Amino acid sequence: MLKHLLASAIFTALCGAAMAETLEVPLVWLRHAEPERPVLSNLDPIPEDRGRAGAELGLADNLTTGKFLGQDYSLEIIEIAAEDDPLPDARAALGRSSFVVLDAPAATLLAIADLPEAQGAVLFNASSSDMSLRGADCRANLLHTKTSFAMQTDALMQFAQAKRWTDLVMITGNAPEDADFAAALTASAIKFGLEIAQTKPWIFDADMRRNAAQEVPLFTQDLADHDLLLVADVANDFARYIAYNAWEPRPIAGSEGLRPVSWAPVVEQWGAAQLHSRFSDLASRDMTPRDYAAWAAVRAVGEAVTRTNSADPATLRAYLLSDAFELAGFKGRPLSFRSWNGQLRQPIPLVTRAALVAQAPLEGFLHQRTELDTLGIDQPETTCTAFD
Amino acid sequence: MTYKPILLAIPLLATPAVADEMWISNEKDDTISVIDIETLEVVRTIEVGERPRGITFSKDYSVLYVCASDSDTVQVIDPESGEVLHELPSGEDPEQFVLHPDNRHLYIANEDDAITTVVDTETRTVVAQISVGIEPEGMAVSPDGTIAITTSETTNMAHWIDTETQELFANTLVDSRPRHAEFIKDGTELWVSAEIGGTISVFDVATQEEITKIDFAVDGVHPDRVQPVGFEMTAGDTHAFVALGPSNHVAVVNADTYEVEDYILVGRRVWHMDFNADRSLVFTTNGVSGDVTVIDVASREAIKSIKVGRFPWGAAFRPTDN
Repeated sequence: MLKHLLASAIFTALCGAAMAETLEVPLVWLRHAEPERPVLSNLDPIPEDRGRAGAELGLADNLTTGKFLGQDYSLEIIEIAAEDDPLPDARAALGRSSFVVLDAPAATLLAIADLPEAQGAVLFNASSSDMSLRGADCRANLLHTKTSFAMQTDALMQFAQAKRWTDLVMITGNAPEDADFAAALTASAIKFGLEIAQTKPWIFDADMRRNAAQEVPLFTQDLADHDLLLVADVANDFARYIAYNAWEPRPIAGSEGLRPVSWAPVVEQWGAAQLHSRFSDLASRDMTPRDYAAWAAVRAVGEAVTRTNSADPATLRAYLLSDAFELAGFKGRPLSFRSWNGQLRQPIPLVTRAALVAQAPLEGFLHQRTELDTLGIDQPETTCTAFD
Repeated sequence: MTYKPILLAIPLLATPAVADEMWISNEKDDTISVIDIETLEVVRTIEVGERPRGITFSKDYSVLYVCASDSDTVQVIDPESGEVLHELPSGEDPEQFVLHPDNRHLYIANEDDAITTVVDTETRTVVAQISVGIEPEGMAVSPDGTIAITTSETTNMAHWIDTETQELFANTLVDSRPRHAEFIKDGTELWVSAEIGGTISVFDVATQEEITKIDFAVDGVHPDRVQPVGFEMTAGDTHAFVALGPSNHVAVVNADTYEVEDYILVGRRVWHMDFNADRSLVFTTNGVSGDVTVIDVASREAIKSIKVGRFPWGAAFRPTDN
């Protein structure tokens, strides 16, 4: 009810002042490139404009709405090479805009969030699933539209629990992010009453494109009995070669097989087909999770500006973190930000390459606030204190 | 069934009165299912263009208009033969439309193009294209024909079009993902449903000011899943029947008090609906379960589910007695 009164008040204000003068809302999309990991397969090249195209689509969406309300948006694109220091450019950008969408590794996100120029700004993490950014290392000026590893792995474990696939084993890659993903899988298994009986690190450096049929059966032969084989290999370097080559005929999940993701071309319901279609018109390719995160960040700013008719970062941050904010994210439920760590709460599609298998939160996983909070770090367990 | 031939043999009934029909567009089957309202059974299945969604009859019911979204056209169909008579230029990806009271102009929402296209069904030409918000969907025309409405799903607005000039004269914000709009009470009120926002906004048409918002709450269903989409008014506009999407319920709203009086369990992902001739029955399309629920308006009870094609979307009533 309060929400409606507030919305009505804003609405009335808008009617009065709508066309009077143009409200300028400058945004920045800034990428600090990550050194790319070499992977065996050539099938999934990383698009040059990954993330950026999502931000550009968000801008186009905002502009269309803005033209009816006298609100004008702009998007400055800044791309910084992996070996270069991102801070000088970030400082300069924060002088021009208080709304910066970041596509960068966790360390860069923190360094930018800690800049004096960033205090009072609203930054968006549209790239990192790192758990510490939502926990002990959280920053009050850094919101997260990218899903955390825990949200994704909770989604997968809900599915395993619903299927009564209680015996799990895991193969883990050697990259630091693989370890983070594996840790999240392990924690989620415990959260939903499952157990990963055995974890085995991937040891091969041979080209599995030729050797998988010989090597993988032997490698997996001594795994404990299991219902589901988990693979933690975020870059999908070797996970794709495990399928159908393992010793036991069991489904695989994690980085290959059934994958918990924030976005995928196979998500077609809830109007998602329209978002895909607008995106592919713009970028001539499929929309990746990072594109989705960047799109959501730009749209979140747009939605908050629309509803408050303000471009003041403090006003918009307060609105974004309030109960009144909701973003139509093409996943069947309104998206909103967690007030305790700035994470955009959202459903997690569980997908194969060809179809949506299920979407978490799954039926039966209940929560006193919203079922979306069964995914990821919940308020009672957060170690983030910056949002108090 | 076995009695029918005997009845037909009676000379007085040589041309028997065919029962009224409910026409249902099946989005994922590229067909229309025709339901006999007497027997509540599907009596015909008609093949149409790709991804049929919005359907409506001409005012005299002589032709049916179908938005064949993926064929990028509006098809004009002879309801007797089921044949496609011709196609109308519609702009890209027509989703939903409304026929102007002049029985001549179709106002079409082009979902992928952020455009409302106005088509003259007689000359078969586009007479205007109006830029609106992203993903236009809900369409309505006031009973006097002076105002057309387009709602845009991502821009979250109702766009008010002056049908004289074919230009926008007002844009009003509503909650997230507006889906459907209707003028009611002789065109004095405009109702707009917002799927993700979970509300219906009620506007005073004279001032375009919001009068109130209607909220919905279904026992045992999280508010996020209570998503109002299509709605239609009972006789005299006293009550609205509102499809609540994935909550699998239809709400009955008192149009004077704006209070919800009842929730009726129907099939899965209930989307649009239409009434029979005397508005004693309402037929809802349930996309996910692939069926149509028939609700008795007086008792507010679902009386039958009728299997139709895949992903039923729109419903349009066709009288056959006149």
